[in-house]
Amino acid sequence: MSAREDWWYDEAAGPLVRPYAMVRGRTRPNAPDLHLVTQVRASSFASDQTSLTVEHREIMALCARPLSVAEVAAYLDVPLIVVKVLLSDLIERGDVIVQNSSPQIPDRDLLQAVLDGVRGI
Amino acid sequence: MVFVGSDGQLTVPTAVKIVIAGGFGTGKTTMVGSVSEIPPLKTEELLTEAGVHVDDLAGIEGKDTTTVALDFGRITINTKVVLYLFGTPGQNRFWFMWDELATGAIGAVVLVDTRRLDSSFPSIDFFEHRGIPFVVAVNCFDGAQLYTVDEVRHALDLDDGIPVVLCDARDRESSKAVLVGLIQHSMNRLEAAV
Ligand SMILES: Nc1nc2c(ncn2[C@@H]2O[C@H](COP(=O)(O)OP(=O)(O)O)[C@@H](O)[C@H]2O)c(=O)[nH]1
Ligand SMILES: [Mg+2]
Repeated sequence: MSAREDWWYDEAAGPLVRPYAMVRGRTRPNAPDLHLVTQVRASSFASDQTSLTVEHREIMALCARPLSVAEVAAYLDVPLIVVKVLLSDLIERGDVIVQNSSPQIPDRDLLQAVLDGVRGI
Repeated sequence: MVFVGSDGQLTVPTAVKIVIAGGFGTGKTTMVGSVSEIPPLKTEELLTEAGVHVDDLAGIEGKDTTTVALDFGRITINTKVVLYLFGTPGQNRFWFMWDELATGAIGAVVLVDTRRLDSSFPSIDFFEHRGIPFVVAVNCFDGAQLYTVDEVRHALDLDDGIPVVLCDARDRESSKAVLVGLIQHSMNRLEAAV
């Protein structure tokens, strides 16, 4: 382990040590279009997971069903920026599929579906 | 990056969101919880000590950071659509989060406590200025329904087109009715715009 990696795992370094350890020094997501509600889901063709970190694998397990980025962050209990970095690793590997759009204002049909859905709960 | 095609492969639902806004203690978290199918979740944004949003972890190691939490709930509409309800963060200074929350939202519920009407002014201003559909829901804390809907409308200087309703944020049916009113208001706005 290099001196720098040692530093990441040094408990005395403060509350950011764990997030830094998780992202392995990467600082910003490669997939910039990850918003709070962006839906992510584990691919059915996920690659060999042995090289993944514990956190990546945790995300893969969570995303067996579609979830929002915000939900993944909440269940993993890490800040959003950290989960975005981790998710973008998995997206790049093709292990996670993602909704191909930034949040859009819903059209009439979508609003009608939401209206019916909320009435039905 | 693998995106979802239209070829019937694995799909992800379309996500929509509604923002629950209003001053501190007006019942935002309570309303999210009363309609959500899961206990409200918390997600955290990282901030520098000065309160600046961190969207890049570079250069902040060793610096003091803090977080601001958003609470949210979920309603699965059907297999293709999921609705998220986001309570706005307690302090209005986190405007960067409001922007992300408001982008693409169906609209907003601005909760009002008539004992402290002014605490909901900034929320109303925000949605008015962005042209985001919103309804005002007066949360009727026990015995605190001091004003009529018309008096609240007047006190908040609201346009006639903005629905104002009374609610009890702890009550599921009451909160549902507020959401239904907001979605209908958004649909009307959409139709008026065509
Ligand atoms: N009596 C009464 N109390 C409420 C109502 N809605 C919320 N509360 C209480 O008011 C307090 C603040 O509510 P909370 O949802 O945390 O407000 P927030 O700061 O807007 O998220 C909590 O103790 C709630 O239990 C209501 O309709 N009636
Ligand atoms: Mg709250």
